[in-house]
This record gives sequence, structure tokens and C-alpha cells, in this order.
Amino acid sequence: MALLEIRNVTRRFGSYTAVDNVSIDVEAGEFFTLLGPSGCGKTTLLRMIAGFDLPDSGQILLDGKDMVGIPPEKRPVHTVFQTYALFPHMTVADNIAFPLKMAGKAPQEIKKRVNELLERVHLPNFGNRFPHELSGGQKQRVAFARGLVNRPRLLLLDEPLGALDAKLREEMQIELINLQKEIGITFIFVTHAQDEALALSHRIAVMNRGNVEQIDEPSKIYSAPRNYFVADFIGKISVMNAAVMEAVPSHLKLAIEGLGEVTAPAREGVEVGDKGVLAIRPEQVRISHPSHESQLKNHFRGKVHDFLYVGDVTTYIVELVNGAYIEALLPNSAPGRAKFFEVDDEVTISWRHDAGIFLNDSQ
Amino acid sequence: MKRGNPWLWSAAVLVYAFLYIPLIIVVLYSFNDSRLNAEWVGFTLFWYKALFNNTEMLLAARNSLIIALCASFCATLLGTMSGLAIHRYKLKVLPVLVFTPVAMPEILLGVSILLFFLQVLNFTLGMVSIIIAHTTFCIGFVAIIVRARLQGMDESIFEAARDLGASPWQTFRLVTLPLIMPAVVAGALMSFTLSIDDFVITFFTKGVGEPILPIQIYTMIKVAVTPEVNAISTLLMLLTLVMIIIAARLESNGSSEGSAKPHTAK
Repeated sequence: MALLEIRNVTRRFGSYTAVDNVSIDVEAGEFFTLLGPSGCGKTTLLRMIAGFDLPDSGQILLDGKDMVGIPPEKRPVHTVFQTYALFPHMTVADNIAFPLKMAGKAPQEIKKRVNELLERVHLPNFGNRFPHELSGGQKQRVAFARGLVNRPRLLLLDEPLGALDAKLREEMQIELINLQKEIGITFIFVTHAQDEALALSHRIAVMNRGNVEQIDEPSKIYSAPRNYFVADFIGKISVMNAAVMEAVPSHLKLAIEGLGEVTAPAREGVEVGDKGVLAIRPEQVRISHPSHESQLKNHFRGKVHDFLYVGDVTTYIVELVNGAYIEALLPNSAPGRAKFFEVDDEVTISWRHDAGIFLNDSQ
Repeated sequence: MKRGNPWLWSAAVLVYAFLYIPLIIVVLYSFNDSRLNAEWVGFTLFWYKALFNNTEMLLAARNSLIIALCASFCATLLGTMSGLAIHRYKLKVLPVLVFTPVAMPEILLGVSILLFFLQVLNFTLGMVSIIIAHTTFCIGFVAIIVRARLQGMDESIFEAARDLGASPWQTFRLVTLPLIMPAVVAGALMSFTLSIDDFVITFFTKGVGEPILPIQIYTMIKVAVTPEVNAISTLLMLLTLVMIIIAARLESNGSSEGSAKPHTAK
């Protein structure tokens, strides 16, 4: 039995359906992420798990027990809020002790647990400080400690890293992974940042307009998106209109308008005549000098339209002969060299026959 | 620093002079060693001494203090609850109902409360009726201050308390109340100052019994403006001033410390 079972949960606000017949199972010990753009229903779902909101229909079961009708304080579920929501009139130690006090724990145990958690989040001497004396990252750590101290069955994290700057964010991501591993509490993490979701999660549920589009491991979500929304939302991807000419168990042959034939990996349920898009990640696309004859089946001529230098890599946006644009990623491995091609350079674009993915229009 | 527009400066000076010169004169003449409010003769504390031998006046002061304490206590209790309710339930009509008495002409309030007591309740006017009347017009002030404080706070703090195991009552006692306390105290002080010097509503609801300070002062002035009146006015002014300063400090401290949201939050 899964630790948390969300069964056919629907939540409407007036005529707007925030969560539409969603079913998700979360296993004990998992780091599970709800990922989606703002307004996709991920926060509403989280609030229903916490008990701040109730589903219009469907069930939320924790350890097999229906949570509907149980107030937030009676649920073995704690939340780390986006704004941290530390009690400003209490010291750090009192903040962390709060859930233990509410649970009626003995003072000695409270003291022991608070010190343990302060240690764990690397703030051993911060017990007597007040929240307004802390930096953003420190507040974040206190919020984690407060959420974990009473060992909830489930810790909900509502975009907890959203307010931090990039560097601190990365540090906290690593700490979060370690915390979860050490303590072994099941995390449900809500975010709109796909890189964060990929880096942290055991499994991700990609949500869009109240629906779950795909639930999978990060690598599956990235490499085998179930539909165009998932492909487009996670990472960068180039798409070209394509029609299926041949569908055999080993591969697909696609016709790209104005470009020619392309070989793509096989996919279940795809039939000859299907129309859709070929989606391909920039790092799977090779860019080379036109004089260099590509060994790969899928290779085409193009012209550099623009490039984006971000330090470690440069993304080239190449215009193909049919007017479509494709992105190619090139690591800047040669020291002191920021780019290999200039705008308007003629180039050859190629990719492996097992790269890219065909996505039906209907999906 | 720029001096600014000289016209603006003189306008400001005139406005403040207009506001404060009468008050300063009252204070000065309360120490004047003369029966007449005409010329400065010399410094004396005689009028204060006379004041403290005036039993009628002391009784009035005592009554007014009792009324102000009771009314501000009741108004703070009810006003805090109203402020919380207005903040919690986003009903448009609720704030209008609570805040209207603040803007209503006092004479209207006085007349309507009087009629309510006499004709609807058949109530004997006295201290109790004054306390009830003062409470009604102070509730709005407390509610406004409390709500303003709540509006500046991060809603998820209260959710966090529930989430971490606090019942609604524990959340109120351990989180909400401590956080709105500065506003509650400011509201109480505000109510006290409003109540202690209220004339119009008191006049309508006092009946014939006990002397009440503002009305007692008025009665004395009807006979003659004696320095004794200046003395009691000065004392009243001092009390009000202290309370207003404390209330203002609580409100401003409260709002700076109450910005509990992290600086970096969106």
C-alpha cells in the first residue's frame, strides 16, 4: 500500500477547475515532486493534502486512512511554506519546538530534539536568535527543521527554495537531498522549476491545467516525455512538424516537410499516417562544419541564425532549409574559445537515429 | 538638506500655531497666579491644589476614569474580535458595519443611543449606559487598528501553526494574539482617550445622576472660566498625550517588526 493515495480528487473554484480528477500514489520514503506552471493545480493539491482545503470529490488516503474531514492539526503532515512562515515573536528554538509542544512532548525530549535538529541543519548556535535576525537561507533551514522535528509521515514543501538566489538555491538543494536521505521522511515537493525537480526527485508528476500529464522518474520525464506539454515544459526542445511514413518495432521513419526523411526511435501506439512533431533536445543535436561529412543518418544543411553563450556551453539556433529552427548545444571545451560558429555560417546539423521523439498531435 | 518652499513652511507654521497656541495658553494660565485669564502675574500651583480639594470635580474624574477603563476594556475585546472577523471573512458589508460608527456624527450616535435606551430598552440612564455608549463608538477604532495589523502579516504564519499541530484556539493564543498585541494595546489606549474626554455622547446618555468630567468642566465654564478649569484641562491633556504617544509607538513598532515575511520573498 502506498503511503499517500490521491484518488480521483477534483477541486473547483466557481467555474474554474483547479484540480481535475487527479490520482497519485506516493510511496513511503520517496522524494516526490509536483511540477507544473503556475495555475496548474499543484499548490491546491498540496493544500488539500495538508488539510487547508477540501476536495469537492475524491479521496486522500494517508496510510490507508481517509483524511477528508480531519483538520490540519490532526494530520501527521507538516508543511514548509514558500514564505517560511516562521513565528516572528518566537526564537529559532521556540519555532522548532512548536510542533513538539503541540504534541505534548516532555520538556527534556523537546530540548534534545530541538538541539538535534539545529545541529542537523547546521545552525547549532542559533537557538536564541529571532527569525528577523536570520538570512534567507538560515530562515529556510529553520523552516525545514521545524517541519521535520516531530517526524511527520509526510513533509510538504511548497516552493521552499523559490525565494533564494541561484547559488544558495543549489546549496540548499543538496542539503535537502541529504536531509531527506538521512531522516527518511517522505517529501512532497511543489515547484515550477524543472531543473530543481529533475535534480531532487525520485519521481515527478508533471501537472498542467489541473491534470497530471505524466508521472515518472526524472530521466524518463526528460528523455521519454509522454506528450508535447511535458516535452516542452521540461528542458529545452526543438520541434519540427512530422508525418509517420513507416512504423516498425525497431524505429520510425518520419517525413519532415521541406527537409526530407528522418529516422526516429519507435514508440508504442504510433501508426503510419499519424501527424505530429519530432521533438529533439539541443544536446542531442550535433553541429559541425559543412565540409565535415556526417556519419549519422539524420543530417541536414543549415545556417546559424543566432547563438547564446552561457559560459560552459553555447546554444546555436540553426535555421534549416525548410525554415524550421533547431537548437544545438556545443560545450566550450577548447580553452579560451567562446564560440565555434558565427551568425550566418553554413553548418551541418545531425543527430543519431535513436535521438529525438515523435509526439502525436492528439496527445 | 533642502529648505523647501518658504510658503509651504509658513503655511505649516501657521497651521501648527492655530492648533497648539490655544492649548499652550490653557497650560500656561493653569500656573498663573491670578483669578483672571487676562495677564500673566506669576507662577503658582494654587489652582491644582484647589482642584484636588474640589470633591465634585474629583468625583467626576473618578467616574470618568471608571467609564473610560470599562468602555476601553469592552471596546478592545469586541473591537479585536471584529477586526479578526473582518480580516478572516472577506464579506464586504462587515467592515462597513463596524467602521461606520467611527465616521458617524457624534450627535447622531448620541441621540440614537439615547432613544434606544429610553424607548426600546426602558433603561435607567447612568454609568452603565455611558459605558455601553462609549463602547459602541470605540469598537470601530480598535477594529481598524487590529485589522491594519493583520493585513500587514503573512497569512501562512497562522496556517503554519495549524499545520504544526495547534488547534484553532491554540493558534489564536500562541500565535495570533501575541502578534496583534501591539495593535490591541494601541486600540485600548485610543479607546481610553476617546472615552475620557467624550462630551456629546456622554451628555446624551448620562441621565441626571453622577457628575462626569467633561460635562463637569463645561458646567464650571458656564459660570466662569477659572484657572481651575485650566488646571484640570492641562491634566487631561497630559494624560491623553501620554496615551497617544504610547499608542503611536506601539503601532509603528508593531508594523516594522510585524513584517514577518522574509525580505527576499517574492
